[in-house]
Amino acid sequence: MNAVTRPATARRPPSGTDSGLAAQILDRASEPGWPPEPGWLRAARRRAAAWVEDHGFPTTKHEDWRYTKIDAALAVPMGTPPEGAADGGASVSVGDLVGPHLSGARIVVVNGRVVPELSSTGDRLPPGARVEALAGALQRLDGRLEPSWLWRAGDYPHALRAMNDAAAVDGVLIDLPPGTVVEDPIEVVFVAMPAGQPSWSHPRVIVVAGAGAGATLGETYLSGPGGPAVTNALTQVHLGAGAQLAHHVLQGERTDSFHFSSLEARLAEGSRLSSRLLATGGRIGRHEVDVVLAGKGADVDLDGLFLTGTGQHHDNPVLVDHAAPGCTSRQLYKGVISGDGHGVFNGHLVVRPGADGTDAAQVNKNLLLSERAEVDTRPRLEINADDVACTHGAAVGQLDPDALFYLRSRGVSEREARAVLVSGFAHEILERFGSGPIRRRAEELATAAGLIVLDEDGRSSGAVTAATTRARRGGRPQ
Amino acid sequence: MLVVDDLHASIGGTEVLHGLTLEVPDGEVHAVMGPNGSGKSTLAYVLAGRDPYQVTAGRVLYDGADLLAMTPEERAAAGVFLGFQHPVEIPGVPTMYFLRTALNAQRRSRGEEELGPVEFLALVDAKRRLVDMDRTLLDRAVNDGFSGGERKRNEILQMLMLEPRLAVLDETDSGLDIDALRVIAAGVSSLRAPNRSAVLITHHQRLLEHLIPDRVHVLAGGRIVRSGGADLAAELEAHGYAGLDDPGVEAFPVSTATAR
Repeated sequence: MNAVTRPATARRPPSGTDSGLAAQILDRASEPGWPPEPGWLRAARRRAAAWVEDHGFPTTKHEDWRYTKIDAALAVPMGTPPEGAADGGASVSVGDLVGPHLSGARIVVVNGRVVPELSSTGDRLPPGARVEALAGALQRLDGRLEPSWLWRAGDYPHALRAMNDAAAVDGVLIDLPPGTVVEDPIEVVFVAMPAGQPSWSHPRVIVVAGAGAGATLGETYLSGPGGPAVTNALTQVHLGAGAQLAHHVLQGERTDSFHFSSLEARLAEGSRLSSRLLATGGRIGRHEVDVVLAGKGADVDLDGLFLTGTGQHHDNPVLVDHAAPGCTSRQLYKGVISGDGHGVFNGHLVVRPGADGTDAAQVNKNLLLSERAEVDTRPRLEINADDVACTHGAAVGQLDPDALFYLRSRGVSEREARAVLVSGFAHEILERFGSGPIRRRAEELATAAGLIVLDEDGRSSGAVTAATTRARRGGRPQ
Repeated sequence: MLVVDDLHASIGGTEVLHGLTLEVPDGEVHAVMGPNGSGKSTLAYVLAGRDPYQVTAGRVLYDGADLLAMTPEERAAAGVFLGFQHPVEIPGVPTMYFLRTALNAQRRSRGEEELGPVEFLALVDAKRRLVDMDRTLLDRAVNDGFSGGERKRNEILQMLMLEPRLAVLDETDSGLDIDALRVIAAGVSSLRAPNRSAVLITHHQRLLEHLIPDRVHVLAGGRIVRSGGADLAAELEAHGYAGLDDPGVEAFPVSTATAR
């Protein structure tokens, strides 16, 4: 069963950055404010930190990091980030950044720690369902969360993933007993507020959905001024038989921030995960997805839209592992690269021996809007079973001159025509954010990144977005 | 309205129009007919300002102004409309959005108020009924998955929405059934007015049975080689274009016949 080869991180002698890291992290465990922890967790942290010390951080010699150089992020101190909502001295408050509350539960995580004053788990959760701060859950549930820390222990894809095991102290636990369905979206907003103290944070989300359970999870990543900040986030999703999760990620950090995230999901029989990403922010944004279709007939649907501008680098490593028969997977990633931006799609589709009846599609399309814009796309198939239907494709192109002329011949200026075509390209992904409040958030983020949001009734986007924002602010008390 | 005077145009270094002369007065509908490869589409594209086509000699006046000096969007705002032979697909851009963007862009450039959503929807609804176009098509991306007939109806819908002063329809009738042909003829007829003109570029006479032109011109070998009244179309249908692209055939003196 060694179909998936995870290349070992290039070893290198410990440098100033990672020397004694395990000791640093473990020393911090005795600092005031660090919550008391169960023994298994202390042991897991020690092992993860030792792994980092042993393997070092990824360099561009590492195949999966070939295009993504993280030295600038590693130059940011890894010490304890400012506690909680460190607004002090910042010109923007966390409250302003996170915006109005959507319906349903919302947890606000600042610098890797939940801020209770800004969070509400909502009063509409079905009986038995829990949405809570991870720090408290770790203490209370004790051993029940241990498998989450053992998921990759000793077999880390890279040191950043190990760092989350070593240093994650808080985040969110979403625990759905069998059969519970949470109707309203659960929203988690991660804010990096360096406020003049550049630092790393390692938030973590764990979703445990029992058989037949279902929920919608929205993750939004933002950052405040006074950076740079480094966010090294991990979301782990365990779906039981027939469970369903709709997962939406909005990455709109400032362009001096560094964003590394991993989505790890394991899907049992007949379960379904749909996950979509909109990335507009960060100097570096790396959005890793690693899905194992572990049970018969599981289904995963992955979409990504990255809007990569000048000075930005977006890397999207996606691994879908068909480990059981009769599963379906679909990936559609689109990149819009402008200025001297650099986009990367690194899709890897693996069909294990015995995973017959696999139906998989992997597509990456990119639009380069300037001569300096660059994209690297590597869709890869690794098929070790018969009776499978796998398709993959990648395209890199520029705006269609015929379509551009068509619009101009109707009176639309060249500038606006270009914007409309870019929006048309992006629309296919944006509309997969559904029709609810998360879609509106996605549209606001896209608009802030300069994209026109198309409306099927032909209304202009700016006005519509502003109107819905006002209506929501006015209509729903926070 | 339109004066094309000794127009020479080329694409990719090959000259396609070799001194085309044509005049379309206010309020008239003219047909330009000709065999494949005679330069019909080149004429349409040059009038609309398509990039790779290069005008090497001659001039085009639109209401006395130098049309060739204008960008495509300026021509559109000034009232020139090109109905495409092959309407372009624009994935992801809803037809409704496309229509409103175009209409309001033209209104803005003419210094007019943009049309609000309610007025716009009412206008679109009225016009799409005229071309017998299903409402659901408007929510779909521009021409994306449209049949040939639906695309052509969409061209006419755009023309009716934008109310151009000079409509140039390039083979809008090709590949259409008789119902669609009637819809297109009715659409063009509804715009007939003393201050509007149209140029129907076509290979066949069919459209002209439903839409009687004021003049018919024969384009062959990159020049207008004959001009006449509506009955010329029937004559061409009967006898074909054979021999007309012979450069030895003297063109009718069109410019003097219709000079203002």
